[in-house]
Amino acid sequence: MDEALLRTLTPTVIGVLVRRGADFAAAEDAVQEALVEALRVWADDPPRDAKGWLVTVAWHKFLDAARADSSRRRREELVEGEPAPGPGEAVDDTLQLYFLCAHPSLTPASAVALTLRAVGGLTTRQIAQAYLVPEATMAQRISRAKRTVSSVRFNQPGDVATVLRVLYLVFNEGYSGDVDLAAEAIRLTRRLAAKTEHEEVAGLLALMLLHHARRPARTGPDGRLVPLAEQDRSLWDTCLIAEGVAILQAALARDRLGEFQAQAAIAALHADARTAEETDWVQIVEWYDELVRLTGNPVARLNRAVAVGEADGPRAGLAALADLDPSLPRYAAATAYLHERDGDLATAARLYAEAARSAPNIPELDHLTRQAARLNAQLRGGTAT
Amino acid sequence: MAKYLLLKHYRGAPAPANDVPMDQWTPEEISAHVKYMEDFARRLEETGEFVDTQALSPEGTFVRYGGEGRPPVTDGPFAETKDLIAGWMVIDVETYERALELAAELSAAPGAGGRPIHEWLEVRPFLTPPPTITE
Repeated sequence: MDEALLRTLTPTVIGVLVRRGADFAAAEDAVQEALVEALRVWADDPPRDAKGWLVTVAWHKFLDAARADSSRRRREELVEGEPAPGPGEAVDDTLQLYFLCAHPSLTPASAVALTLRAVGGLTTRQIAQAYLVPEATMAQRISRAKRTVSSVRFNQPGDVATVLRVLYLVFNEGYSGDVDLAAEAIRLTRRLAAKTEHEEVAGLLALMLLHHARRPARTGPDGRLVPLAEQDRSLWDTCLIAEGVAILQAALARDRLGEFQAQAAIAALHADARTAEETDWVQIVEWYDELVRLTGNPVARLNRAVAVGEADGPRAGLAALADLDPSLPRYAAATAYLHERDGDLATAARLYAEAARSAPNIPELDHLTRQAARLNAQLRGGTAT
Repeated sequence: MAKYLLLKHYRGAPAPANDVPMDQWTPEEISAHVKYMEDFARRLEETGEFVDTQALSPEGTFVRYGGEGRPPVTDGPFAETKDLIAGWMVIDVETYERALELAAELSAAPGAGGRPIHEWLEVRPFLTPPPTITE
């Protein structure tokens, strides 16, 4: 049994059932039952058309369940008006599923879980492992999400921005357990991009590919964080970079700029530099200006200040930081970095230590502590570098 | 979602408002207290916010390396001054405000006289995996 094939077909089949009038939870249950059936009979009798087989069996399972259900009458009326069972049409039903799973009535965490389950075809156990919560907890999250969207009927296109936000969250979770969520997010975004012409879908896909391309260089063999300027650029995946850049250029050519395209443009400029010194910081500042204009996001402003520090010198960067709220995440770390470049090692060491205390993750905490320790050793006249 | 540790202390936290040692409560008051916490955990399972909970024995020992070829050193004279953790609950919630809200609710568990003990709970964020997109 081809597991990858089933994972691809599952959301399609759910989508067909939903379009024919099944509610989401019932559609998913029916498809699960059809998959169990497939497991039983395919080994001896493989179907010619796997998708058509699954649609037919899942639709029968749904009808059986609907007949047994207390809301039988309503559903039977629904069923009568719907097309006969058979292979799915050529229209793509999974697009609808993306919108349903990212419905605005769901919290971001529920939307993420439901998307991974229904669109991604991951098991509840895999999702629970990836998010380091008990399987029972994740099962509850998913079934609550299903209940929330069970009464949603799709007559109009959903909000692409919400779908993109969900996929971005999945990508940024990194990976743990046996599922690489970054790779999973890329897979889902690729499929979404194949179904829609939306320029921000392309922007997000480009952004993911460009960051994924640099992942092998981001951590050392001991799990230590390697800053961008010190990364071994020969480890970057040039194929992914080329693909990301091509997708981004096609999106930008349509002249409908959005935040993901702007972020991808910044990532592309970093990926384009053969050495850290060759980075085109002036252009990067210009893209940050666009990003700030598009989002007003304070984190974008902070990153912009760091880029200004590289383009126009540390004093200019510190001046840009002075306009921002010091309670922003990574404010202390950015200030420490610019003070060090400006030659004020004592201030930089103190700020690195302060930044370490509020670091949100272990690699960052270790990295910032090491920076503080390195400067303190220099200040004591040691030789550590 | 972000995970938080809610820490209960036997000693080391500020004194609660309803500060009567548990061995002075009635058995019914103890049962009500325990049930409150079990119900709380069950409700969080249903909302998909529950991760883990454990109670710890009041007996704890500090241990350290004693030097080459020597047995480990255990603490003795300082036993009365050390912080003692009574147990923990790990939750996974949308916001920091939600974590505070749940901690406050847990702190309202009934104690002597059936009144909330107003126990101080420590709320500590977990360090998370680093985000993939950083710059």
